[in-house]
Amino acid sequence: MIANRVIIGAEAIATKGWFRANRFLLARRTSQLGILALFLLGPLAGLWIVKGNLNSSLTLGVLPLTDPYVLLQGLVAQHWPELTAIVGAGIVLGFYFLVGGRVYCSWVCPINLVTDAAAWLRRRLGIVSVSRMPRATRQALLAVTLLVSAVTGTVAWEFINPVSMFHRGLIFGPGLAWAVVLAVFLFDAFVSPRGWCSHLCPVGAFYGVVGRASLMRVRAQRRAQCNDCGDCYQICPEPQVIRAPLKGEAGAGPVIRDSACTNCGRCIDVCSKDVFVLGTCFSKNESPTAGSAAGPEPHPAAVTQDAPGGCRPPARHSLTLAK
Amino acid sequence: MAARGDIRALFTGRRRFLVDAARVTGAAMVAGLGLAIYARQAYPLPADALRPPGALSEDEFLGACIRCGLCVRDCPYDTLDLARLGEGPATGTPYFTARRVPCEMCDDIPCIKACPTGALDHKLTDIGKAKMGIAVLVDQENCLNFLGLRCDVCYRVCPVIDKAITLETQHNPRSGKHAIFLPTVHAEACTGCGKCEKSCVLEEAAIKVLPLRLARGKLGEHYRIGWEEKERAGESLAAPDTEHQYNLPEGYRYESGGRGLVAPERKSP
Repeated sequence: MIANRVIIGAEAIATKGWFRANRFLLARRTSQLGILALFLLGPLAGLWIVKGNLNSSLTLGVLPLTDPYVLLQGLVAQHWPELTAIVGAGIVLGFYFLVGGRVYCSWVCPINLVTDAAAWLRRRLGIVSVSRMPRATRQALLAVTLLVSAVTGTVAWEFINPVSMFHRGLIFGPGLAWAVVLAVFLFDAFVSPRGWCSHLCPVGAFYGVVGRASLMRVRAQRRAQCNDCGDCYQICPEPQVIRAPLKGEAGAGPVIRDSACTNCGRCIDVCSKDVFVLGTCFSKNESPTAGSAAGPEPHPAAVTQDAPGGCRPPARHSLTLAK
Repeated sequence: MAARGDIRALFTGRRRFLVDAARVTGAAMVAGLGLAIYARQAYPLPADALRPPGALSEDEFLGACIRCGLCVRDCPYDTLDLARLGEGPATGTPYFTARRVPCEMCDDIPCIKACPTGALDHKLTDIGKAKMGIAVLVDQENCLNFLGLRCDVCYRVCPVIDKAITLETQHNPRSGKHAIFLPTVHAEACTGCGKCEKSCVLEEAAIKVLPLRLARGKLGEHYRIGWEEKERAGESLAAPDTEHQYNLPEGYRYESGGRGLVAPERKSP
C-alpha cells in the first residue's frame, strides 16, 4: 500500500517549487506558533505583550479580545458580563466576520497543530477510512452546549473544551490537559479521520456560523485549468466544500461559499494548476487568462456569471448531512 | 432483488436524511447529558480552595468566569492560580490555597479590575469587605494558645487585627494560676485572606480558612434573640418582665449583671 502511495501535492512541488507549494502551510504555522509565542513570552520571558489566553486576553494593556462563543455560554447561563468582555467579543466577531469565521480554526487554534499532525500520520501510514459521523454533529453539539449552559447555569463547554485546555495548559501549566489533547490526536489518527475539527468541535461550528457571510474566501478562480488530479480533495479538511465551486455544479460560481471552509489555503498550495486563489466573495467573473497564458480553453462553465446570493453560503437544494 | 432495493432505499434520499438527523441528535443528546452531569459535579469547591476577592457565589461564578487567567496575571503576589484539569476546582478557574500563598489584600484589588466578565464583582472596591472565606480555629487541642502558651501568631498577622481575630482571656485550670488567650474569629470582620492559616506555626494549621458554606452556622429563620429584641423594642416582648425572685439567706442580695451575690455588711466586733 505504502509503495503505491502518491504524495499529495508532489505535482505542485514539481511545477511550482517547494516553497510556493507550501507557502500557505508555512504562513499558517507561523501564525499559529507566533500567536502561541506571544502568549508565552509573558510567563516564560517576562515580556507581557499579551496577557490571558484565547478565552480572553489583553494586548499591550489596551486591546481586549474575548472569545464570543465562551461569552455566549455565559450569557445563556444568565450572567451579564462587564463591558470589557463585550467589547473584546465584538472585536473578535468583527475580525472573523471579515476574514472568514473558521480562519480561527486553521490560523489560530492550537489544536489544529494536533489534528493536522494526526492527518499527516494517517497519510504516512496509509490508513484509509471514511468517518461515519455526519459533519452536522458539531452544529448539534454547538446547540447542546448552549442548552447545557442554560440548564446548569455554567459556561458548560469549558469544562471539557480541548481547545482552551490545550492553550491554557501551555501557558498556565497542563495538569491532565495533555491526556485530553492526546485523546484528540488518537481519535483523529486512528478512529475517525478529521474527526475532531471537521465533525465534533462546537467551537469550529460557532466560528462557521460567524463566517457565514464573511468577505475573504478561497476561489476556484481558474477552474477551467483543473486536471482532476484530486489533490485538493485529499488535503482539504472539509473536502465537501470544493466540488460545487470547482466544477460549476448547478451554476455555482467559483467562490467557495460554504462556511465550513477554514480558508487554510492548503488547496492553493497543492494545486499544480494554480486553480485556487484567496480573495473576496465579491468576484463576479473568473479570469482564466490570469494563469499561464498557454492554458487550456476555458471550461464552458467558467465564463458564466457568478451565482447570485452575495457572500452567503449556497442554499441547500437537497437535505443532506454531508459526511 | 426487491429486498435489496428496499435496503438500498434505507440509505438514500429522505430516509437517509432522517436516519442521519436522528443519529446526530442522539449523539449530541448523549454528549449533552454527560456534559451536564460533569458540570453539576464541579459545584462543590474543595474546602481548601479559595476564590479571589469579590468572586460571585460558586454557582453564579461557574456561569460567569470564562477561565482567561487575567486575574492570575495581575495578582502581584502570585497568590492566584488557574485550576489544572484533575485538580479540585473546575478546570481553568482561578483559586488560591491559603496555606501556600494567602491573599495580601491589595488596596486597589487588581485581580477584580482585570476580570473582563465581572465573575469577580467590580462593585467590591473595599478589600476589607471581601469574603473569600472565614477563618475557623478548627483544632483547639493542638493550638498553642489553647495549650496555655503565648503563640499569638495568627492574631498578630491578621490584617484586621483586634477586629477579625481577638484574644479572649480565660482561666487556665491546668496550671491554676495562668490565663489562656483564646484566638477568637469574628466572622463579620474576617475577609478570609488566609494569612492566619499561612502563618500558623504548627505542622498542620490549627486555624484554617473555610468557604462560607462550611464555616458558618445559621439560625432558624423564625429565631429571635430575646435580648436584642428587648433592646430594639425598649422593653421585654415576653411581658410581664418580672424581676427574678431569689431565695436567699437573710440580708443577702443578688445583683444581676452587677456584683453578683452581695453579703450583708458585718459589723466589726
